[in-house]
Amino acid sequence: MEMLSHYLSIAAQSIFVQNILLSSFLGMCSFLAISKKVETSFGLGLAVIFVNGITVPMNWLIQKYLLEEGALSWTGLTSLANVDLSFLTFITFIATIAAMVQLVEMVLDKFSPTLYQALGIFLPLIAVNCAILGSSLFMVERSYNFPESVVYGISAGFGFFLAITTMASIRYKLKYSNVPAGLKGLGIAMILTGLISMAYMSFSGINL
Amino acid sequence: MANKSLPIFTDPLNQNNPITKQVLGVCSALAVTVKLDTAVVMTLALVFVLVLSNMIISALRNYIPSKIRIIVMLTVIASLVILADQVLKAFLFDISKQLSVFVGLIITNCIVMGRAEAFAMQNDVKSSALDGLGNGLGYGIILILVSTFREILGSGSFFGLKVVPQFMYDLGYVNNGLMLLAPGAFIVLGLIIWVQRTIIGYRED
Repeated sequence: MEMLSHYLSIAAQSIFVQNILLSSFLGMCSFLAISKKVETSFGLGLAVIFVNGITVPMNWLIQKYLLEEGALSWTGLTSLANVDLSFLTFITFIATIAAMVQLVEMVLDKFSPTLYQALGIFLPLIAVNCAILGSSLFMVERSYNFPESVVYGISAGFGFFLAITTMASIRYKLKYSNVPAGLKGLGIAMILTGLISMAYMSFSGINL
Repeated sequence: MANKSLPIFTDPLNQNNPITKQVLGVCSALAVTVKLDTAVVMTLALVFVLVLSNMIISALRNYIPSKIRIIVMLTVIASLVILADQVLKAFLFDISKQLSVFVGLIITNCIVMGRAEAFAMQNDVKSSALDGLGNGLGYGIILILVSTFREILGSGSFFGLKVVPQFMYDLGYVNNGLMLLAPGAFIVLGLIIWVQRTIIGYRED
């Protein structure tokens, strides 16, 4: 029971309090570009949950068994026991993400063409989405264990999904309002994001 | 010659600014702007990565097969970012801790990828270097503007020095804590974009 509430608290933290987009500012580029339409934001959001849920635990395994200081001790070779490869973190993580995205794309194409069609062009775009690389790096920085990293990966993706669909719905309404010319597009989008992020801040007292 | 290459450098500073006009690299622009010194270090790191990656990619542009160009670019960029990160960790450890994951995120910063794809793949080394420098500094200008506002309004200081005099606090002036949090960053950047776009007369449909 205690375990369950611990995971719930990680999930709530990363969805609402430390929302990957609204408080860590990750994935802004695709957020601003895609949030013009509700359907496409929905698709991108789903793709992010999916890929993040896979890549964060994957990168956890890589960090733990290949890169960390002393991570190679499982090989049993004394010469490898003290090797610290953590300076390779960035390049390995980005390669893993690119490879996983490619793999997910092929598997989906084979087994679930409907989902593949729904996610469409967003899957390849995700490889360069900073939210994905960012959550893997945060996972290292906060030293989560394996089940925690699974929970964190999925809920960080869900936080992105929630933020981008909210934004898309607001921008849809915004079409009919009278915005000053220079503020149209990017400017008003930034200010709106600020207001949404302020609303999310009210969750910060939550402690499950 | 000077007439031709000057715009490559000056355009991205204002008219074609990477953040306000091209909408590239917004993520890190917001995250590292709580204080001026982190913003300056981040700008230096980005300029370093951007100039070198633009030069390397432009030098290699005739040898990179177009099908695998993305992965080649990512490898070049990631190697440069590792270099920048290690240097920061060695010499500016405190600031590197504050920048946390954002130095690493230069890899996926769309400015670097975007300029490599849009400019360095078609142009010679010298103009690519200029383009990298211009875009890096254009990014830096916005970063420094945003962090100036946030630091003065949020903590009443400028580069860590107190600028709001004590008698103001005695009279009941309070620092605006919201500026230090995420919403402050979004709103300040939104307003800067508004002002800048009004000045250059750029309209979005």
